[in-house]
Amino acid sequence: MNRSPYITDAPTVSVIMFKVLLALVPAIMAYVWIFGGGILVTLTLATITALLAEAALLKIRQRPIQPYLMDMSAVVTAWLLALALPPLAPWWLVVVGTFFAIVIAKQLYGGLGYNPFNPAMVGYAVLLISFPLIMTKWPAPLSLAKAPLGFMDQLHFIFTSVLPENIKVDAITSATPLDYLKTQLMLKHDVASITQAPIFGTFGAKGGEVITGAYLLGGLYLLQQRIISWHLPTAFLAALTLISLGFYTFNPAHFANPLFHLMSGASMLAAFFIITDPISGPTTPRGKLYFAAGVAITTYLIRVYGGYPDGVAFAVLLMNMCVPLIDACTQPRVFGHKES
Amino acid sequence: MNAIINFANNLIRSISTNKDVFQFHGGVHPHDHKAESTLLPIAKLAIPEQLILPLRQHVGYIPKIKVQVGDHVLKGQMLAEPEGAMSAAIHAPTSGTISAISEQIIPHPSGLPDLCITLSPDGKDTWGQLAPMDWRTADKKALVACLRMSGIVGLGGATFPTHIKLTTNGKSNVHTLVINAAECEPYITCDDMLMRERADEIVKGIAIVQHLLGANHCIIGVEDNKPEAANAMADACKAFAIPAANDSVKPEMSVKVVPTLYPSGDARHLIHLLLGIEVPHDKRTTDVGLQVFNVATVLAIYRYFEFGEPAISRIVSMTGNVEKPQNFEVLFGTPLKTLIDAAGGAKPDTTHFVMGGPMMGFDLPNTDVPITKAANCIIAAAPHLFPAPPPAMPCIRCTRCAEACPVNLQPQELYWFSKSDNFEKARDYNLFDCIECGCCSYVCPSDIPLVQYYRYAKSEIIAADKAKDAADLARERNEFRLARIEREKLERAQKHAERAQATKTETKKDAVQPASEPLTNPEVATTVNDAAASDKQAAIAAAIARAKAQKLAATGDATEATSEKTVATTLEAKSASTENKQAEVKSDKQALIAAAIERAKAQKLAAAQAGIAPKNVENVSASVQAEINKTDEIREKAQQLAVEKTEDTPTK
Repeated sequence: MNRSPYITDAPTVSVIMFKVLLALVPAIMAYVWIFGGGILVTLTLATITALLAEAALLKIRQRPIQPYLMDMSAVVTAWLLALALPPLAPWWLVVVGTFFAIVIAKQLYGGLGYNPFNPAMVGYAVLLISFPLIMTKWPAPLSLAKAPLGFMDQLHFIFTSVLPENIKVDAITSATPLDYLKTQLMLKHDVASITQAPIFGTFGAKGGEVITGAYLLGGLYLLQQRIISWHLPTAFLAALTLISLGFYTFNPAHFANPLFHLMSGASMLAAFFIITDPISGPTTPRGKLYFAAGVAITTYLIRVYGGYPDGVAFAVLLMNMCVPLIDACTQPRVFGHKES
Repeated sequence: MNAIINFANNLIRSISTNKDVFQFHGGVHPHDHKAESTLLPIAKLAIPEQLILPLRQHVGYIPKIKVQVGDHVLKGQMLAEPEGAMSAAIHAPTSGTISAISEQIIPHPSGLPDLCITLSPDGKDTWGQLAPMDWRTADKKALVACLRMSGIVGLGGATFPTHIKLTTNGKSNVHTLVINAAECEPYITCDDMLMRERADEIVKGIAIVQHLLGANHCIIGVEDNKPEAANAMADACKAFAIPAANDSVKPEMSVKVVPTLYPSGDARHLIHLLLGIEVPHDKRTTDVGLQVFNVATVLAIYRYFEFGEPAISRIVSMTGNVEKPQNFEVLFGTPLKTLIDAAGGAKPDTTHFVMGGPMMGFDLPNTDVPITKAANCIIAAAPHLFPAPPPAMPCIRCTRCAEACPVNLQPQELYWFSKSDNFEKARDYNLFDCIECGCCSYVCPSDIPLVQYYRYAKSEIIAADKAKDAADLARERNEFRLARIEREKLERAQKHAERAQATKTETKKDAVQPASEPLTNPEVATTVNDAAASDKQAAIAAAIARAKAQKLAATGDATEATSEKTVATTLEAKSASTENKQAEVKSDKQALIAAAIERAKAQKLAAAQAGIAPKNVENVSASVQAEINKTDEIREKAQQLAVEKTEDTPTK
């Protein structure tokens, strides 16, 4: 019998997924610091929902439950979705989004390895289209909120949507910088004056840029661990920088600088955690560059011209559709073959 | 875009690697486990009680057995003779008696039995007549012809008959000989030890091969995890003053150390590492002036020409989960258990034995199987060395396999296509460039047995191709048969038509008769020829022709009558014309005559063609043949008459 090779040297799928979760920990810690402990509730809710949905669907599909639950991929999806949602999102929003991501976007397409679209982004896009109001209502960073909520208040708010007496919703929420920039630009203000608002930090959003920095940190860890290849984040960040630099140079009063775009919204989360999903992404080295650049450009265009403040989810889903084409067109030269 | 990728990749590589070599894409760094079996020198394994010599120990045709059960043979005596070029001889590894010629389990991935010669040694180990040769003076062609009888095959594991690689037919374009001493698979150390201990003999063997190929240059590629071997080879190269052979080639050889990276020992990858040449996938290495030999093979060549010793033994690494891992010089046919015992026996937790390395080797069915020419390494497997792989998970398209693939394939796509039996796609994605090195499986986080999928897809495609070829041949035969039946039918119809015509001609004996007949014959004759081409078009054409012939046969009388009438009318008109127009009429007449002659000639030709065809029909009964003859006679007579008539005309 020929079953060579007899030796392997690879982290298992579980280990890869575990390292991705580990890489998210700095960002979660930053979240807790900036927005309070509510994010932990959201993460827990998403994790439980994901595992239950995954187990139920595996049972219905008559697949072995234990090995597939242990691969941790459902947890990764749950965490990425939870981190993309507004931190104090009501519990049912988290459950619906996670359920949709796991059941519709992943399991109904055949489970791990078979989903053509990024499940977390499918879940996010469904929520954004279905509940745009809640999805765009972000809490203000604790340092900026007129009435910062404690952990128990946050927990209570997530499950009941009821705030403590004498605190109004306006007191805990604020517009996100991307949103604020967009609406203020429509009012013919220029970028320089808009970014004077207290919600803006040094590079992006006040507080938010810390989380963004934490994503970058986690992403570098994944690169160092060779969990992700350099192609995707590099091409994404380079393309986003180039396109925003182009617009910024053209009209700095109307277009934010590249650094703002890199450090705002879901840029870093996308660069290192979202577009690096191998299953729904391209496989060839050149394809990865095209894919990532495509996501960056689409994200930028949606941010600047689209109807939503951030465009990562739609950009990723649009580029997911192009993956088979990208792969087919970017096959690398095989050893001993001429350049075709 | 490519430039960016290449730049980044080169940047990463340039930090860590030897700039003197030309890197290939991918590759893996498994733990080499070579230290265990290099602690002790090569030991000679004692002659076992019985030697089992499979006839199939090489790539190609199995050799023809030259001995019978009960024969006493001497050491080095040929037991089986190569049949055809692509074959290798089998020799007696020691003196003794042939005790059986039977099917036995052989060391092969299939685990199936195959024909083997069993030799019971007499313990005297008496050499037969040995015929060393002076390779410097002897004719190269004769040397290669002798080598065909040596039983030497590629000892790196490929077991390709060596003489074929040295057959140059007088004109060799090989300028560089590459000696493969990379030994990139983990655990295997037989070449390493051979180089450490017998470097000077290897170098002499290299000189012979260079002489035979006319290769001026030789590069010996050694991985950097074998510094002792590399140094020994370098010293031997320096010490060996290569004498200029009679063709005044002054060969030179050098050792080049390559970084340890599996699979650097793949011939094409080693060439790329050493020379930066990428052998085109559809070409042989000799097409770019290179030939690759394994160190052990050149040593065997040296011993054959210098001492006349044929291939009767090889160095085998006995390693893994045994008490004393070591390299042994083992006679071919030695049962595996003898070798295991010599290495101190297998440790208790040994589960099975693997032949070859851990990347490309295979499970041996039992410990009775003999050591063959392909056996470079035997590994005693145990769970702590080769843990059972966990159940395969789905592919997550992480492309670690693509990053590891030394051929730069997209293993994840090939896996997808192979799994879904989408073989055409797999072929489009260059499945057949896969060298089955196992790097993809080695790095797969989902533990998918990728190589097995590729082997499966390859075998399915090859089987389908064979089936297609067979079907094509069958269809061709069938079409040819149908065409033949059609042709025969046509010929019969024609024959009938001719007979009818001939009868008419004979009775009427009319000069204008030939005018109608030749119209059909040439057409039919060409159709017959086309039909032999046996394609569909021909069949259709034949059908049309047949219809025409039938129609003609049916309306033959009418046509004749008409044409006769026309000519008669013309003649009447002419005879009725005035006397002074006689000359004109005469010239008209002459033209008519000339045309008639032309027609008659054409008819004669056609008749000859058509006449031959029926005679060629095989297995005709005597009566049919008589009929054919009779028809021919009548036709000839008719033609003669016609010609006579036309020839007469001018004189009238």
